[in-house]
Amino acid sequence: MELWHGLIKAIELIISLDPEVMEIAGRSLQISVAATVLASLICLPLASLIYFSHFPGKRALINLIQTFFSIPTVAIGLFVFILFSRAGPMGGLNLLFTPTVMVIGQMILITPILLGLTISALSGIDKAIPDTARSLGASQLQTATVVLREARFAVVAAVIMGFGRAISEVGVALMVGGNIKGFTRVITTAISLETSKGDLELSIALGIILITIALLVNLVLNRIQQR
Amino acid sequence: MSLVKTVALCQRYEDRDILKDINLEVARGEVFALIGPTGAGKTTLLRLLDLLDTPASGSIYFDGLEASRSDKLRLKIRRRMSFVLQKPVVFNTSVYDNIAYGLKWRGLARSSLQQRVHRILDMVGLSNGKDRNARTLSGGEAQRVAIARAIATEPELLLLDEPTANLDPNSTARIEELVSDIIQQHNTTIIMATHDIAQGQRLADRMGVLINGEVHQIGAATELFTSPENKEVARFVGMENIIDGVVAASEAGLVSLDINGKSIEALSDYPAGARVYACIRPEDITLSPSSAPSSARNSFRGRITRLTTVGALTRIEIDCGFSLITVVTTQSAQEMDLTKDKPLYATFKATAVHVLKRG
Repeated sequence: MELWHGLIKAIELIISLDPEVMEIAGRSLQISVAATVLASLICLPLASLIYFSHFPGKRALINLIQTFFSIPTVAIGLFVFILFSRAGPMGGLNLLFTPTVMVIGQMILITPILLGLTISALSGIDKAIPDTARSLGASQLQTATVVLREARFAVVAAVIMGFGRAISEVGVALMVGGNIKGFTRVITTAISLETSKGDLELSIALGIILITIALLVNLVLNRIQQR
Repeated sequence: MSLVKTVALCQRYEDRDILKDINLEVARGEVFALIGPTGAGKTTLLRLLDLLDTPASGSIYFDGLEASRSDKLRLKIRRRMSFVLQKPVVFNTSVYDNIAYGLKWRGLARSSLQQRVHRILDMVGLSNGKDRNARTLSGGEAQRVAIARAIATEPELLLLDEPTANLDPNSTARIEELVSDIIQQHNTTIIMATHDIAQGQRLADRMGVLINGEVHQIGAATELFTSPENKEVARFVGMENIIDGVVAASEAGLVSLDINGKSIEALSDYPAGARVYACIRPEDITLSPSSAPSSARNSFRGRITRLTTVGALTRIEIDCGFSLITVVTTQSAQEMDLTKDKPLYATFKATAVHVLKRG
């Protein structure tokens, strides 16, 4: 009965565009989109570089990257916490418990996924494509760009997977963001706090929003993979 | 001066010699065909010429410029040529963009790029399909796109790797026509690899026979057909009968060869005692039921040991003290009632025998 009651209230909160719910959801999106965009800007070229270079230990590096796909979020949270805590190497920046450090934490979290999936997206492209590009006069950078372009659907899928992991994680956001109301509180940290406080309505409302986002992400992903 | 020159070019792959000591020179405006069986190293050589791979040793000169190991120089030289790979891959975008890529990479201005792409589309007959995704094209159309984007950059040298492999006869004829057009309209220097010697003959000024990583002979088509320099080339150009023998007598350009006690007359200057091969094309041998009087100097009585029908032609192996292979039309094989063990006469002219020094 309590669940039913909570669900009704939650839907009311969403339909009435409750300021607190909207603010938390908006911040979640902002932080995770920022983390995904920034990580993509680094990871896409880096993945191409790894894919196109030949060096000893390349296979081992790719295996290592794949191992980090499922690294626990709290492990990244701990690492970033130590890095940015007062006594840590980046402590002087005073970034702990800010949205900025949450973006950094999520970037680190999704880097293996972006790198690994982009490398496998590139591996799926016919080996004759880079040769064809070079034979038509493409420089190394132009060749890499054309191969990335050929792999665009799989690469976009990698980016969306990264975003999915970023927005749904709780460990990093809680440990380095601190769940400060109106500043670093995001959907997942709010759900975990409100549930422990017994405020199920807000938790359910945020949960519905999170699932809706996940659903949308999946729909987009499906559309892309069908092409 | 030659446009392309290779000096002692070698390529190795996993301890195996793929190319051995290749010395080629191709002049500007020339069409050169590399012919040879599959696996001879033709693709490897074209990849080296396009500077896609680096050789194990030896040098490549393009227009007098040595292609060193500097990436910048190699790119600069590569942009003066184009290479159509054997298996054409098209980029997953429109036909138009496929053709425009090479021009964009060279930084061509938009207006001249559009003009150039439209002209090429007209030339290859793909103007109507320019907005189609190139992935949806048939094999022949994809090959035309591949050639179109290669010539769009107006290369000084065009490298073609088996341009009609895996294509049906109609598409093959179309591609050959397109290549002829390019040769006539643009005077482009072309080096093409083909295992189809007839195609080489139709399109090329000169041909080089590449077998097992080595260039065995270079020359005009007729030269290769009539005077192969060694056994491998003879076999590749279709001289299926290669018979061991010794020159028994030699006089004024006419020799008589001793083949297991039988005698073959041929035109040659080799002295008596020379160990040679007598090479004869199957199509130069005629069959008859009796020893009809003929101007041909060589006529042997033999027995059919095997018949193989391949479409309109029948291949016949005859034992006449040595083995001879000949072909007749399947229809005449039926009319002559050729069957296994049937005795008959195999006849050929002295001029049909090409004599090669052995060992």
